[in-house]
Amino acid sequence: MPLPIGDTIGILADNLRLRKSVLPISAKGASRWAKGLGLPRGGETVLYTGLMYQLIPYITAMSASQEKVEDSFLAGMVGLGRQVNRLVSISAFMARPPAAVKEQYDKVLRDIAGLLRTAGVEFGYLYGDELYSGALIYDLGGDDLFADHARLVYDTFRKHGVKNVITVDPHTTNMLRSVYPSLIKGYDLKVRSYLEVLAQADLRPVRELGTEVVLHDSCVYARYENVLDPQRTLLARAGCAVREPGESGVFTHCCGGPAESLFPRKARQVAGERVEQLQEAGGRGVTMCPICLVNLRKASGPDLDLQDISGYLSRAYGA
Amino acid sequence: MARVNPGFLEEVRRSDEFNASSCMNCGVCSAVCHMGIELLPRKLFRYVLLGLKDKVLENKETVFSCLLCKQCEVNCPAQVHIAENVRSLRYYMNKKVFKH
Ligand code: SF4
Ligand code: SF4
Repeated sequence: MPLPIGDTIGILADNLRLRKSVLPISAKGASRWAKGLGLPRGGETVLYTGLMYQLIPYITAMSASQEKVEDSFLAGMVGLGRQVNRLVSISAFMARPPAAVKEQYDKVLRDIAGLLRTAGVEFGYLYGDELYSGALIYDLGGDDLFADHARLVYDTFRKHGVKNVITVDPHTTNMLRSVYPSLIKGYDLKVRSYLEVLAQADLRPVRELGTEVVLHDSCVYARYENVLDPQRTLLARAGCAVREPGESGVFTHCCGGPAESLFPRKARQVAGERVEQLQEAGGRGVTMCPICLVNLRKASGPDLDLQDISGYLSRAYGA
Repeated sequence: MARVNPGFLEEVRRSDEFNASSCMNCGVCSAVCHMGIELLPRKLFRYVLLGLKDKVLENKETVFSCLLCKQCEVNCPAQVHIAENVRSLRYYMNKKVFKH
């Protein structure tokens, strides 16, 4: 029995409505990556994580539980779970990621912040005031709830005097750059991905990496946001030989991740096909989206070395 | 016998973005879809255009399993807004079926 679509969306929507995120993580947990970096609070330009990298360990733990529930008698009880979730967050019980996994994703954000500093970009961070963009609810067609949430996110930026937003993942970039402006009158934030910011900066590598990598483009960067050159420019400048898999660039093969919340098994199958293409191309796998990274890693296991692009860039350009 | 609901298209369509009628039924989208979604968008959108509401509602799983990856859209010769059309169907189902 597949997961009941209506109730599963209901739990995610209730979480966004009541707890301002699809999976509840504490403000402290979400901003832990920035501890000790001395980033100013707010400012005209901010690094906006959109909570995606921080949410991934929870989504992984949650989808492992969902995969067990899918095809079991428990699938029929998700509706009951939704009733309970309104009072107590059931996601918090279903999703308990190990500390080492959380640390891995926090490091991505620290690397990105370090790279921006090296590039001479002055930026702040909203710490506990930062909210999730609402991307998953938008994808699931929860447009009315999403519109209210988008307004809340925008008002938070305005309250802090933000004019420029630097994003770290494709989904958040798409929401803030292309979707929010269609919903919010007078929307005036300038939104760029950190990859675009770094590619435009005059960054020179301090280490030549000399690594052969195979690039997995994110569907959203490639087909929604036209972010295709920065990742190639930055890796090539860092001395990487960039290989392209069977389907790449604007025709990139999806990682299957967007099906993860409702159809975990199908998501795994699509990811497996992509992993094969990456392996055929050879080289170490490079991703630039937390959803791609986690979904492809789950499918490949130890057979393919897959890393977020930020780690390579940090090694090459970091101070 | 399928029941025809003439007002269905208007219920689903929220703006001109919903351009299912541009579809030429060429089948490219089904051929390139990584989810192997045979039904989308040709038949599904045709059901909407024909007012076959029951047929659409029978296919909730198909509508929600689309990745919104736009692989079909970049290959579509008729510039059908496939991903946005799917999202319109999801919105409709959330409102009318799941009552969110
Ligand atoms: S590729 Fe475009 S025109 Fe061809 S069947 Fe699909 S939606 Fe219709
Ligand atoms: S957007 Fe949906 S229908 Fe189109 S290729 Fe992707 S999964 Fe298939």
